[in-house]
Amino acid sequence: MHELAICQALIDQVTTVARDNNASRVSGITLEVGPLSGVVPDLLSNAFSIAAAGSVADGASLTIELSPVRVWCKACQAESDAKINRLVCAQCGDWRTELRSGDEMLLRSVVLEDAESDLPARQSEEEGNV
Amino acid sequence: MCDTCGCNVTPGNRDLAEGRQATQVLGNLLQVNDSQAMHNRTHFNQHGVFSVNLMSSPGAGKTALLEATAELVKSGLRIGVIEGDLETENDADRIRACGVPVVQICTGTACHLDAHMVHDALHELELAKLDVLFVENVGNLVCPASFDLGQHRNVALLSTPEGDDKPAKYPVMFRSADMVLLTKRDLAPYMPEFDTARAVNFVRQLGNAAPILEVSAKSGDGLDGWVDWLKRGVAELRSNLSFPTTAAGG
Repeated sequence: MHELAICQALIDQVTTVARDNNASRVSGITLEVGPLSGVVPDLLSNAFSIAAAGSVADGASLTIELSPVRVWCKACQAESDAKINRLVCAQCGDWRTELRSGDEMLLRSVVLEDAESDLPARQSEEEGNV
Repeated sequence: MCDTCGCNVTPGNRDLAEGRQATQVLGNLLQVNDSQAMHNRTHFNQHGVFSVNLMSSPGAGKTALLEATAELVKSGLRIGVIEGDLETENDADRIRACGVPVVQICTGTACHLDAHMVHDALHELELAKLDVLFVENVGNLVCPASFDLGQHRNVALLSTPEGDDKPAKYPVMFRSADMVLLTKRDLAPYMPEFDTARAVNFVRQLGNAAPILEVSAKSGDGLDGWVDWLKRGVAELRSNLSFPTTAAGG
């Protein structure tokens, strides 16, 4: 249900990246989403076309990469796959684990059209994690 | 010359030549919300106000818990409440009747509170006069878990009639909880199928070591432990400038 709100935040962010690079249009967006982020990829895709309408990303292709649920065990130090509602160690069964992957909700990259090619493709700090 | 025939365009530079550019971003999708949440947290820290995000299904007893808490801490803690609901001032009226400052946010159709809504509400509260600020989120076990509001702690309520397996059904919510309250325990005699040990086990299986308390807002049972936890939160916040915040998602 909250996927539309998330897509609107995504469009705001993408619009800023396009403007900073003087791009006329965004043709592709890649996200990384984990099952424990609370976001459903299919709902995100549906909401995206609504949120993108009339924006710089109108018609852009959306790629959602799913990250696996992985936990690290504090007891036996093993890293293993886990289920979304059973984040226990697959090696020793202990529940005292740390999530290593699976709660991501990241904007990975965008493909900009008509960007000023003298600007280097940048790993932009200000767009990075807060 | 090759700009004419195009032979300088190789697979490696085709995108640049066509004005296409892949840009790495690596930003959290909710970074605008998260920045606002950080700003809210700074407000709370500056005023030494321990902020608690209350989340549960609709009807799990969030407002009743706050009413009972207000009564218990009358002389001990100064509390304030931000109420989130789709519609009505009903919950705010109940809290106001306890003599507690309250701001109601009506979200309309939105299923969760976000950091901006909370920030707007903060302008109507005098933080300098508070020890604890509760944000009663919209009743919903899904969406509120994804939005940081700037709180110091997440509290998830699980009421006895809902069943002991809610943490397994809504793992995102219960994984984010720093405290789990099993509420309406006065109904336990009528609902023996609710197995406390099972509920605790489902929370642990989410890798969550949060304290879990059995309480009843109606009888008052178990609320001492809850109030102690709140008082400890205030004391720890005020004695520690690098106060660690919510376990997950925060």
